[in-house]
Amino acid sequence: MTSLTSTTSPAAPARAVAGRLAGPVVLVLFMAAVLVPFASLLLAALQPAGAPLTGFALPDGLHFENFSRAWSAAGFGTLLRSSVVIAVCVVPAAVVCATLAGYALATLDVPGRGRLYAYLLLGLSIPTEGTVIPLYYDLRAVGLTNTVPGLALAEIGAFMPFGVFWMRAHFATMPRSLIEAARLDGASSWATLWRILLPSSRPAVTTLGVLYFVWSWNQFLLPLILIQDPARRTAPAGLGFFTGQFGVDVPLLAAATLIVIAPVVLVYLFFQRHFISGVLSGALKG
Amino acid sequence: MTTADRRLTEPARAPVAPRPTERGPDRAGRGGRRTARSGRRRRRAVALLYLLPALLPYTLFSVLPMLHTAYLSFFDWDGVTLPSFVGLDNYRRIATDPQLRAAAWHAGALILFFSVLPICVGLVAAAIVSRRAGRRGTGLVRTVLFLPQVIPLVAVGILWRWVYAEDGILNQGLRAVGLGGLADAWLGSFTWALPAVGLIGSWVVSGLCMVLFLSGTQRIDQEIYEAARMDGAGPVREFWSITVPLLRPEFAVALSITVIAALSSFDLIYITTGGGPGNSTVVPGILIYRLAFGGGAVGVASALAIVLTAVISVAVLVINRLSREAP
Repeated sequence: MTSLTSTTSPAAPARAVAGRLAGPVVLVLFMAAVLVPFASLLLAALQPAGAPLTGFALPDGLHFENFSRAWSAAGFGTLLRSSVVIAVCVVPAAVVCATLAGYALATLDVPGRGRLYAYLLLGLSIPTEGTVIPLYYDLRAVGLTNTVPGLALAEIGAFMPFGVFWMRAHFATMPRSLIEAARLDGASSWATLWRILLPSSRPAVTTLGVLYFVWSWNQFLLPLILIQDPARRTAPAGLGFFTGQFGVDVPLLAAATLIVIAPVVLVYLFFQRHFISGVLSGALKG
Repeated sequence: MTTADRRLTEPARAPVAPRPTERGPDRAGRGGRRTARSGRRRRRAVALLYLLPALLPYTLFSVLPMLHTAYLSFFDWDGVTLPSFVGLDNYRRIATDPQLRAAAWHAGALILFFSVLPICVGLVAAAIVSRRAGRRGTGLVRTVLFLPQVIPLVAVGILWRWVYAEDGILNQGLRAVGLGGLADAWLGSFTWALPAVGLIGSWVVSGLCMVLFLSGTQRIDQEIYEAARMDGAGPVREFWSITVPLLRPEFAVALSITVIAALSSFDLIYITTGGGPGNSTVVPGILIYRLAFGGGAVGVASALAIVLTAVISVAVLVINRLSREAP
């Protein structure tokens, strides 16, 4: 018994095996913790409507009618369309604005560059709660509540600090000699950006676009306040209201939730490298 | 200052924007310098034009509303009738109102669940995995662990309402192992609602923390570990003496992301408990929403929003300062 801690004990190989297994076991536990709630929700969505439910039970068949009920009767088709419209307005516009500003701050002779950059970075610590109250009253005063431009502009404004930060960091890593050479050849700053720098900037731009799409899609507080008209709500805001109304119809709610997260999960799976590197390195450079 | 002085000081400014190729050829003659200067002015104006599309929406829809919030915080306003100036009364109310103080406490408790717990779990998990596992399957692991980061928090809330439900998997699991007596309506319980909501936050960010720390450990030179092992350091010693100190930048990132998420949490609470039962899960975000858009107390809500923003800014500042100091 005294040899328990000694490497010559017969228990040693067993402990070595346990040690080698510890890593994979931890990983599997983590993945299970993430996936089990999803599995539970998926199973609930496949149950017949109105059946008594428990968290983890196999349905007696695959009841896809919950999805069609959520799509048409509960209006999630329309909600999804609103979310797509907002994302289509926000993502390209925000990416272009952030790219231009990041380019200028990294390579051009901007008067007061340091102060302007600091001014933009301030926005990184402004929570939505800090702006949403006047946004509601001011946008309502100019007739922009319940409209796509109102919500889209509010999102673009909120997304600028990170985007400028991200694109500036990207352009700052590009070789200076490339920019100088273009200038010597008489290329304007505009031509330098479009013909020389952007073609090799696709990864950075894609990452920013993916992050913006996910943020725009998931935004909850802004659409909740700025869009009061039920017909124009975005999908997550609609889901929020739906929860209050139909909290008991679990299969329908589960199906609606899966419909709302599907687009963003698909974009994530397709661009996951971009998304992960954006979240990790974007934050690290700060 | 005379014009001659100004001309003398002009070249001293040059190093601010070191771009020799642009001004080099013009340096020689006096006239050349003048055209160079007007060219520079034009270039600077153009540079500002590049910034405008970002500055405009940011200023109009983030900065000005923020200032407007600060302005509103000095008024008593129900959102309809004329506002009346009350000075710092709203801030005084925040300091004394028990409900508002409860919200502050809950936000603090959420930091425990959103930041401290996930960072500890993520760190230990990353240390175990980086030490033992090969590279195989890392891609899949990352993909799965990042999933909670991607989906809207509203959906996360619905997901977990179902987990915590009377017949949800948590109670089902407890009954299956003979602990059915512990089963509860978690989100409806005065005791358990706050930790239950907090653990949802832990679920969302633990994977992020682990992947962050994993990528950090890959940055650390393996030779340091080997040297430590030669000196007889065990895994625990290795963890405290090498892994933890060298992951300082990752700590800062994980802390900033999660502390901001904890302090400004709204979506998750709105969906899971709405602040209840009673006020047991009320947080600043929920109160701001309730006061401004249901309670007719726009001024108090604005003051609370200003305090929240200030606390977040200070927290981020402190975290970044601490992370930059040498160990």
